[in-house]
Amino acid sequence: MIVKEQVRTEMSADGAPRETFVINIGPQHPATHGVLRVKMTMDGEYVVRAEPVCGYIHRMQEKMGENRTYAQFLPNTSRIDYLSAMTYTHAFVGAVERAAKLQVPPRAEYIRVITSELNRISSHLVWWGAFLLDLGGFTPLLYAFDDREKILDLLEGITGSRLTYSYYRIGGLCNDVDDTFIKGTRAFVAQMRPRLKMYRGLVTDNIILRKRLIDIGPISKEMCRKYGATGPVIRGSGIPYDVRRVEPYSVYPEFDFIIPTFQEGDSMSRYLVRMEEMAQSLRIIEQALDKLPAGPVMAEKVPRVLKLPAGDYCYAVEAARGRFAVRIVSDNKEIPYRVKLRTPSLSNLSLFEEASAGMLLPDALALMGSLDLVIPDIDR
Amino acid sequence: MTSLSKTVSSLWPEPLRLVLFLVGILSFVGLNAAYLVWVERKGAGRFQRRPGPTEVGWAGLLQPIADAVKLLSKQLIVPAGADTTLFRVAPLLMMSPALMSLAVIPFGPSLAARNINVGLLMIFAFGSINVMAIMLGGWSSRNKYAIISAARVVSQNVAYEIPMLLVVITMIMVTGTMNLNEIVLQQAGAFWHWNFFKVWVNPLMPVTFLIFYICMLAETNRAPFDMTEAESELVAGAYTEYAGMGFGVFFMAEYANILLGCALATVLFLGGWQSPIGILPGVFWFLVKMYFLIFSVVWIRWTFPRTQFYGLLNLSWEILIPVSLCTLILSSAMMKLLHA
Amino acid sequence: MKNSLKEIAIGFNSLVTGMRITIGQFFKPSVTVQYPHESLKMPERFRGHIELVRDPATGKAVCFACKLCERACPSDCITVEGAKLDGAKKRSVTQYILDFTKCSLCGSCVEACRDGAIRYSHEYNLASTNKEDYIMDLFKRLENERLEAERLEGSPKSEVQSPTAEAPRQEPKAADEPSTPNSQPPTTPK
Repeated sequence: MIVKEQVRTEMSADGAPRETFVINIGPQHPATHGVLRVKMTMDGEYVVRAEPVCGYIHRMQEKMGENRTYAQFLPNTSRIDYLSAMTYTHAFVGAVERAAKLQVPPRAEYIRVITSELNRISSHLVWWGAFLLDLGGFTPLLYAFDDREKILDLLEGITGSRLTYSYYRIGGLCNDVDDTFIKGTRAFVAQMRPRLKMYRGLVTDNIILRKRLIDIGPISKEMCRKYGATGPVIRGSGIPYDVRRVEPYSVYPEFDFIIPTFQEGDSMSRYLVRMEEMAQSLRIIEQALDKLPAGPVMAEKVPRVLKLPAGDYCYAVEAARGRFAVRIVSDNKEIPYRVKLRTPSLSNLSLFEEASAGMLLPDALALMGSLDLVIPDIDR
Repeated sequence: MTSLSKTVSSLWPEPLRLVLFLVGILSFVGLNAAYLVWVERKGAGRFQRRPGPTEVGWAGLLQPIADAVKLLSKQLIVPAGADTTLFRVAPLLMMSPALMSLAVIPFGPSLAARNINVGLLMIFAFGSINVMAIMLGGWSSRNKYAIISAARVVSQNVAYEIPMLLVVITMIMVTGTMNLNEIVLQQAGAFWHWNFFKVWVNPLMPVTFLIFYICMLAETNRAPFDMTEAESELVAGAYTEYAGMGFGVFFMAEYANILLGCALATVLFLGGWQSPIGILPGVFWFLVKMYFLIFSVVWIRWTFPRTQFYGLLNLSWEILIPVSLCTLILSSAMMKLLHA
Repeated sequence: MKNSLKEIAIGFNSLVTGMRITIGQFFKPSVTVQYPHESLKMPERFRGHIELVRDPATGKAVCFACKLCERACPSDCITVEGAKLDGAKKRSVTQYILDFTKCSLCGSCVEACRDGAIRYSHEYNLASTNKEDYIMDLFKRLENERLEAERLEGSPKSEVQSPTAEAPRQEPKAADEPSTPNSQPPTTPK
């Protein structure tokens, strides 16, 4: 039985007293979330207030940025959000290249796009499997990880690592891709499309899932703007904001792809945005493979000891979770003065408190799953 | 003196027979409860394209034994402040109705422990104890998550008992008896004699079977209706505070209940021990049909996500109860027409 | 009424489709590689911990302790010491300690080295119960390798290498050859 002292009586908005108690979700979660603690004040089954407490995995990435040279900080970028590590490294090397005015050869740019999009697909697969695990469907997780193994094997063939790649270098790539990779990627794209169809039949069309997600956790456009949410969260609420279109970078302007946007703003539209994004990433990969130019993969004359001219440089990418931006403040030394990492999960999490007020607990958890949070991304 | 010995000797076979059946049922349920875990884990593995348990024994067949040994070796912790009597009694309360109800299920032509005339009624009478068991287990644990889960279980089970009973009433009307052995005997012949195919008496018979099946899944707290176990705030729900064999008994009781539900569905709808080709009836066919239904229960668990709690209740109150009322009315109308 | 019946029909159909998909997967083969009994072949560029490269001409390490790798490492896990041996023009390495507990396998050291003196190994079976196994003395390993190779060259029956911890680079077997644990293939000559 709930002990008397744990229940508080407070006045609700309409003046009636109600008894509430506090439940902690986390800091240990099964599956996706990671070490996030959410202090929920509950009135029976209803969430009165959900207060996220982060910081359990703060690793001082930004402080490390102030103590390492640009080349030494590169492995850190993979570890900020390990699920979409390539895109994060892309942001950092992009910022340094923009500052040092380095010309990255086109082959390197195309390969960067291919690997970033492969990474996006693998990140969405993890999200999909873990989200369904939260909702109680255990099987799709393993199908998703089966597909993800193929991506990881492809990327391991060229980078040597499965999760934290450190593949890009300042000025280009660490090494070139070989024929095995290109053939393997084409084969992967060919077999992934029927798999996406299978996922639609197994999960997306499933009536139980639809009842779980449709009209659950509505997030309005104003709420998105207020908290600075980006990525599938804002595209699920009807605003077609994608950094690849709004602040184009790398060679994305040369590809033909659509930005999936859904108007309803509920968990189902965020779900559909990510499923569609996987299909669009496959399109981008195909086009990039077709147009892949020959040439070097490393810029010429990249100084071994890199000193950026004093100033403020910024570069933003569309990571799997939203807009990731790196801001480097340099004072003309080998080591930056400040590296600021603007991570999407922190902004996406901050709207959880307002969005989940008054919801039932399982719905609140479904909402949190649909935000696709990676906690190391929040805490850095 | 001789009359006394005659009376004793005439009484002797029946207690012996009952004791044999008791031992038989206990061992059947025990073996099944343990090895259904193996079936579930192997099945889950195959659905997920992975092997499942393989290390302990050939193909993992000793895995349930290893799990049982592990659970037996743990200390039975009763939380401070919990109601100790209720806490300890709850797992037993959940296991016993399944065991007792299996006494009336006809496994074979002469394999029913007791051929009670109101066998069906007895099963449902005992079945309602299940709800109380989980509720007591959750309530006596002195744990927020357990309380919430216990409250959910009560509303879920009450909501799903109603369509189940309505469906069973329909079947009683169709078959005219509550004696399970007679129900099986009525379905003699090839498979089109089974109750499942008797659409001239109840045009919605397959729907009736479906409703019974769904209610059985909900009553045993099985996915996709397993809010109590798996979801409650991501902890184990009503079983949170149970350690070692207390949890083990709950677990086994869940499988015993599935066993009972599938056995009942086989007897009521699929012809019990009757063979589908009309010859060689026997316990073999009963087991085949029952295990096929159990496999489908496992299949459903690993395919679908969990329903929403209010979705679960809405399904029952808004869909299942009206449809089962429909079948009841339709079958009574058809029976009136047939007899007229 | 008609709408809700249609909804129920569509919903039921979606459930049946889902079940059809899972039963289809039920009969497909398992994709698991049962790790201790089978293992996978690592790709060429796999990043295991680093190891020193031996110069085939001189038989000694290429590394001459210029300490570029030590400076490039972001985690400060490399310690290199070198000395000029008698009669040699260049320095040679005398100690090369890799603290693998701190290494993040970023590869900065391999890239920083101008002479190709270090390369990635393909070892991933590194589980151990004491920490000292991870403070790797790579120079000593290279020396042990050389002594082992000389010893085996001397003996007539040198078909199979003994499976010592400092054996030259082994390649784990491919996944389609399940084998018993602890058996190692004969090493390919360098």
